[in-house]
Amino acid sequence: MAKTDEKTEGNYKPKPLEKWEPFILGIFCNWCTYAGADQAGTSRMQRPANLRVMRVMCSGRVEPQWVMEALKQGADGVLISGCHIGDCHYVEGNFKTARRMPLLIKMLEQLGIHKDRVKFQFVSASEGAELTEIVDEFVADLKKIGPGPFNKKFKK
Amino acid sequence: MADEIKIGVYVCHCGVNIAGVINTTEVMEFAKTLPHVALAKEYKFMCSDNGQDLIKQDIKDGLINRVVVAACSPRMHEPTFRRTVSSVGMNQFLFAQANIREHASWVNMKDPEGATRIAKDHLRMQVAKVAQLEPLETQVVQVTPASLIIGGGIAGMNAALDLADQGFDVYLVEKEPTIGGHMAQLDKTFPTMDCSACILTPKMVDVNQHPKIHLMAYSEVEDVEGYVGNFTVTVRKKSKYVDSEKCTSCGECIENCPVTAPNEFDLGLAKRKAVYIPFPQAVPGVPTIDMDSCIKCGICADKSVCEPEAIDYEMKDELVEIEVGTIIVATGYDPYDPTEMKEYAFEKYDNVITGMQMERLLSSYGPTLGKPVRPSDGTAPHTLAWLQCVGSRNFRPGMHNYCSRVCCMYAMKQARQYKEKHPDAKIYIFYMDIRAFGKGYEEFYEIASREYGITFVRGRLAEVYESPDDKSIIIRGEDTLMQTPIELKVDMLVLSVGVEARPDSDKIAQLLTIQKSDDGFFLEAHPKLRPVDTLTAGIYVAGVAQGPKDIPDAVAQAKGAASGAAILMAKGEVEIEPYYSVVDAAKCSGCKACQSQCPFGAIGFDEQANIATINIAKCKGCGTCAATCPCQAISQNHFKEPQMVAIINGVLKDGGLY
Repeated sequence: MAKTDEKTEGNYKPKPLEKWEPFILGIFCNWCTYAGADQAGTSRMQRPANLRVMRVMCSGRVEPQWVMEALKQGADGVLISGCHIGDCHYVEGNFKTARRMPLLIKMLEQLGIHKDRVKFQFVSASEGAELTEIVDEFVADLKKIGPGPFNKKFKK
Repeated sequence: MADEIKIGVYVCHCGVNIAGVINTTEVMEFAKTLPHVALAKEYKFMCSDNGQDLIKQDIKDGLINRVVVAACSPRMHEPTFRRTVSSVGMNQFLFAQANIREHASWVNMKDPEGATRIAKDHLRMQVAKVAQLEPLETQVVQVTPASLIIGGGIAGMNAALDLADQGFDVYLVEKEPTIGGHMAQLDKTFPTMDCSACILTPKMVDVNQHPKIHLMAYSEVEDVEGYVGNFTVTVRKKSKYVDSEKCTSCGECIENCPVTAPNEFDLGLAKRKAVYIPFPQAVPGVPTIDMDSCIKCGICADKSVCEPEAIDYEMKDELVEIEVGTIIVATGYDPYDPTEMKEYAFEKYDNVITGMQMERLLSSYGPTLGKPVRPSDGTAPHTLAWLQCVGSRNFRPGMHNYCSRVCCMYAMKQARQYKEKHPDAKIYIFYMDIRAFGKGYEEFYEIASREYGITFVRGRLAEVYESPDDKSIIIRGEDTLMQTPIELKVDMLVLSVGVEARPDSDKIAQLLTIQKSDDGFFLEAHPKLRPVDTLTAGIYVAGVAQGPKDIPDAVAQAKGAASGAAILMAKGEVEIEPYYSVVDAAKCSGCKACQSQCPFGAIGFDEQANIATINIAKCKGCGTCAATCPCQAISQNHFKEPQMVAIINGVLKDGGLY
């Protein structure tokens, strides 16, 4: 049965996280990496609970501003991922991102943001295992670097 | 919009799949604290009738006008819930789905707190997005009532016949000079021992004679453009150097050709001429000249040999453009090449052959007319061994982890066939596990072992040697059931090679923008519920191209793929998601940066107004142009800048750290 407990309506207070855990925003393309992440799920490949996923149709849609926005709002890391070169559902959207992201990382570095906070990866629809590995590594890397420069709750 | 935004949030338990890890009540309570959320509920199965009714009732009662369901992947049930909301009059694009199963409960099973945190984050991302979404209308496009089938093996032929019989035009493209595929190379088929040619060749003839099937043998797909319902395909008809219109298939050219080359169809066990047909029942029956071995002596072109003057050494490849609404990929497989497995000395020792070669030796139209002999001396072997799992179920590099699913059965079948011809023969099958899973297969195995007296030895061979005196093969391994080492001298060793994806499957995947799974075969949209669909709308997959399978399964899948394609074509139109990009004329500076980014040529330019224009029929909705536009004049429907930024802000509000 559906529960609609009127008494708690709107009064829920979340318990804040006490110890810092890297907050990773993933921006995945619909056809390869999002599907790969689904495959990781259906295969029950366990990873640390640090990744939030946002879906776009193609990694070519990812605007560098979004990455900056996420970092500005306090994300500790951003993972952009699309199809392998040659496998793009839209022929060459991932080419564009593959050119844009290194430039963005370079620029962010000049602004004092650690280059390892933004990652661009290729993960196909069948590479749930690879994605899991990438997330594991990313979390470990971020734990070494510490909280993001704009993380309001946890300072370095 | 004048109406107040009222979001209904529904948290699904998915039985224990979500609720077993995630505290769904906490997620639901959390939802109630989010902006614009009018109500939040949780339920055991949101996708069930009862679950969907919850949503419908709340919409009908006017309590909500936008919906977020936190459940499985949107790639699974987004279409379901979109239908739910639109059935009661809500615009389906005001629905969003938060993935708290594949991306939370299933990947953070040992960390319920973390999984719950991720679920809440995924939920608020979608709540923030749904508040920003705009109602959209799907585009309806016509579906051309014609289908392209790539591959003329048993799967492709069955799909072609099914579609053509329903009245659709079918273009069947086969890269070899004949259709029939690997099944044409087989002698008998398990478990019924039907003669392969007897059940296959009539189908080949049917395909060739069907008025709706346009057979394009010795052709390859060169380019594919367009989208579901409207594909434009360029096919390269490779030059046969024999004019099919004039040729009478008399065979005089083959008779008179002085050049021989190894016959691919017989896997090198026999020779063919430079002008050849692969096997007598080939369809079409027009010979092909293999220009790599032809010496252009001109004998076959002489009028005394070819009276209709069908031979043309100057013939060029021809590019043909066809329009189809659907595509079925049935490109089949290659047998695994065991050359790299040095321990089995294939190609080094004459009397080590593959299962496919054995098939040709057993075949009545094979090089030995169905009487298998040792390649070294042409005598009938007395002692034979089959070795299973060659290249399959092996984790070494270059080999395949998967089970090829046909080798156990074909080895037993070949062994039984040999025993029928030579009742005294001594036969061993070295196996890891016998996989006799199909209808009538286990019974087949029982009979092979009890009635035919075939000896099954569990264990993989370690190495093989050639006996120098008579070229017999000495095999060494372990009988793992008896736990004893074993050494045997056999007259002939058959390697039961598995199947693997064709080397050009990468090219096909790229042309069609379909995906491949880790094993190299094409990826289906859902392993259980959409086993013949690819992720690209309008493109289906059938046969071993999707994964190892036997003939009954390949045929069943072909019929499934044909049915999928027929549904689209019978309806005649298809709805496509309106994710195309639009240009805001007021913001466009006319820099044309977007034009160079579009791989589909969908962006035009209005010279007079000095603005970019988008042809929505050509736009496939990737959004790359929107990301490129320096003025933010281009936005992609359903993925607009404010909508995407809302997701980021939504999840990172307060540092995003609950």
